[in-house]
Amino acid sequence: MTGPTITGFLLGSLSWGALPFVRAWREPNISEIIGAGAGSIVVIGAVVTIALITWLQAWEYLWTQWFTSLDHKKIGIMYIVIALVMLSRALIEAVLIRSQQAAAINGPGFVEPGHFAQLFSTHGSIMIFFMAMPFLTGMVNYVVPLQIGARDMAFPYLNSVGLWLTAGGSGLMMASLVVGEFSTGGWSGYPPYTELNFSGGPGPDYWIWAITLASIGSTTAGINIACTIYKFRAPGMTFLRMPLFCWTAVCTAILMIFAMPPLTVATALLAADRYLGTHFFTDDLGGNMMNYVNLFWLFGHPEVYIVVLPSFGVYSEVVSAFSSKELYGYKSLVIATMAIGVLSFTVWLHHFFTMGQSADINAVFGIATMAIAIPTGVKIYDWIFTMFRGEVRFTPPMVLSLAFMVTFVLGGFTGVILATPPLNYMVHNTLFVVAHFHNMLIPGTLYGLLAGYMYWFPKAFGFRLNERLGWISAGCWITGFYLAFFPLYVLGASGMARRTHEVFDPAFRPWLYVALFGAFVLFTALVTLFVQLFVSIRDRHANMVAVGDPWDARGLEWSVAAPPPEWNFAVIPQVESRDAFYWRKRNREAYKPVDHYQDIELPKPSACGVIVGLSAAACGFGLVWRIWWLVALFGAVVVATVIIRSFLRDVTRTIPAAEVEAFDRRWLAQAHYAKPVSRQREMSRRNEGLAEWTA
Amino acid sequence: MDSVGPQLRHAGLNLEDDPRESRHQVESDVFGFWIFLMSDAVIFALLFALYGTMLGARAGGPGPADEFKIGSAFVETLILLTSSFTFGMTSLCLKRDHKPQRLTLWLALTLLLGLAFLGMEIHDFVTMVSHGATASRSAFLSGFFVLVGVHGLHVTFGSLWILVMVAQVATLGRDAKVKINLIRLSLFWHFLDVIWVAIFSVVYLQGLIVPGGGS
Repeated sequence: MTGPTITGFLLGSLSWGALPFVRAWREPNISEIIGAGAGSIVVIGAVVTIALITWLQAWEYLWTQWFTSLDHKKIGIMYIVIALVMLSRALIEAVLIRSQQAAAINGPGFVEPGHFAQLFSTHGSIMIFFMAMPFLTGMVNYVVPLQIGARDMAFPYLNSVGLWLTAGGSGLMMASLVVGEFSTGGWSGYPPYTELNFSGGPGPDYWIWAITLASIGSTTAGINIACTIYKFRAPGMTFLRMPLFCWTAVCTAILMIFAMPPLTVATALLAADRYLGTHFFTDDLGGNMMNYVNLFWLFGHPEVYIVVLPSFGVYSEVVSAFSSKELYGYKSLVIATMAIGVLSFTVWLHHFFTMGQSADINAVFGIATMAIAIPTGVKIYDWIFTMFRGEVRFTPPMVLSLAFMVTFVLGGFTGVILATPPLNYMVHNTLFVVAHFHNMLIPGTLYGLLAGYMYWFPKAFGFRLNERLGWISAGCWITGFYLAFFPLYVLGASGMARRTHEVFDPAFRPWLYVALFGAFVLFTALVTLFVQLFVSIRDRHANMVAVGDPWDARGLEWSVAAPPPEWNFAVIPQVESRDAFYWRKRNREAYKPVDHYQDIELPKPSACGVIVGLSAAACGFGLVWRIWWLVALFGAVVVATVIIRSFLRDVTRTIPAAEVEAFDRRWLAQAHYAKPVSRQREMSRRNEGLAEWTA
Repeated sequence: MDSVGPQLRHAGLNLEDDPRESRHQVESDVFGFWIFLMSDAVIFALLFALYGTMLGARAGGPGPADEFKIGSAFVETLILLTSSFTFGMTSLCLKRDHKPQRLTLWLALTLLLGLAFLGMEIHDFVTMVSHGATASRSAFLSGFFVLVGVHGLHVTFGSLWILVMVAQVATLGRDAKVKINLIRLSLFWHFLDVIWVAIFSVVYLQGLIVPGGGS
């Protein structure tokens, strides 16, 4: 009898059947083989990555220069790397979802129902929590301190903890492909379906702990971003002189601070139901699943604006830079941003108009929802007027911004349809809803993040991305979106339910085929994005923009070298106006040496963030499989690490003034010898990062 | 002490000897903690709301009148309020008194009161569970145990934090970081007190004034 007890102690509820390879061996059908294939991709991917790093002898470099770094720029880049990896997985899942529905017209298709449900659950969870959130957090992390003239975030160590919690959550998502299975309850995980009675396996537990790690990480990111913007602006950088991206960042941060707790409460109480036998959302002994729905969307709706607002900030920067015009209606954009932030907390109920409230309540929330279209409309007009009579260059970020404006407005129209409760009843739970929120989030979030990635890439790495491939990728993202999602409006209006595993109306066939083709175009867009990265790295020597201002842009982030030094600014700049760097260039005051260089204090690298994040993930894995010693061990490691870190005092290092001066003078010499490039030629190899200012 | 300089922005903190940068650092560190408390307050607000919606969801199980002991809750309230007072004394020592012993003494007293509170709370919980009033009996009891229990977890965490701070004062003295951490801990401790006052009113007093818990 001791045998099973010891294994039970060591491995909890883990068994051989948890491995998809074993399942595929036992029951070799195409669905299980796809599962095993996905598991192998994770395992082989991990092995190849580890082997490659070992072969390149890069472990020490990665550990000392990246993983343990507290530099906001490196943390930002690592966030975006996570986002791109997770984007790849979730997009492949999207292709599988579309393929299944196209193949399952009057037939079972090739993926089993449970597997299909896992596909749409992971697709949604990843795209929101492990693609959009890390992408935008990374971008804010990288850009905001540079834009406000700060040396780092307010809490560099907390920043690292947040990054590694997100990494740990992503790890759990990946582990669910190799060990066990994921939730089948969708990205919103509604109980009572996700309660033990109906979903007994480890699936919902993976969902709960992965999301919990990500949401704690986002709360810390929100606190950090808000504190940085409130307290670390350079002298003279008043609130109304901040670039608009900073405004959207602070608004997103406020939303994170107030909207992540409801999610934490929802997932924690669902966990309490599953682990402790409480009755918050069960269908017996007084449990009430409506409480979950309210909590989830109390988070879920502000979340929409958390992921959309930073992209609005990117568009504001991109449109202004590539039109060579001051942002039109700056103050109205600020007011609109903050108005959206406030309104985002007043509309959560429109996610469940059909779930039993009175018509009056639905009306109130419907009207509040429509009201959000007003500040958003203000923004669209502001961007249009920014371009009006500007010197517009159709660079890839600009193309994405233009596509956003058109596409987002179309999505907004369908949003107003959905905000009308009687119409909402008609299309409730159909593909119409799926089409609508993809219509908001793909242009509203993804295009913006990609535009920001292409816009700031030369700043972060010192060379431009290949524009040709950028256009191809942008073109595929745009046409792919229309092909993949506009058919879903038709299908939804015709009554096709979302998350359907099999389709019984042959009339849907052509639309499903078009949507599938669109999914392939989107996949091509992703591949092109990586090809662009590869080609640009290969050709980097021809496209260097070391002086740091390739687009004749406006904010302080362009006033330093590319890539910027670890300390960002040789001296903290004094700000006199909005678009400070732009006017400094016009007044011939840019690229001037500093009178007196000083020592700069920066945070030392620390392994604590890595340990806390990964131990928390190990703890989560133990919870999923009920391996209690693992939970206790790594829970203790987390607490101990935090305590030990609080005793350390030698946590900063000083960059001597001489080093700062040497770097700065070398860069100034580069700027001195570089040939300025005109706006028309900024996409050519002549661009060395020094703009020809003509005003 | 009459001058109104940056060193007075945070009551209880003497940083006159420190350079300007560290004062700026204090400002942002304490501000960041206030933001965290706001976020934490949202969690409690939601738990209170859930408790309210579940007050009637007893599924034939015991209600507030059957299980809550107002006397015990009242003593717990007194203990926690007193511990806020002793933490206030800690803050005064931090500002006025440069001898470390007295500060440690007040901290230790606060810890003792925190532990006494926890002991009484656990005793209450155990008594309830022994009657069969467990968290899995009904949604009402789930709401009760999680709301009060999450506050209890916070107090446990705060007690651990006090222990860490006693060790830091002993080993590191009172450098700027220790002072900042004590300020943050005091905010945390007073915050828990405020939450407890709400729990006492909403959970225990409400359970008392409505015979059988209403609805």
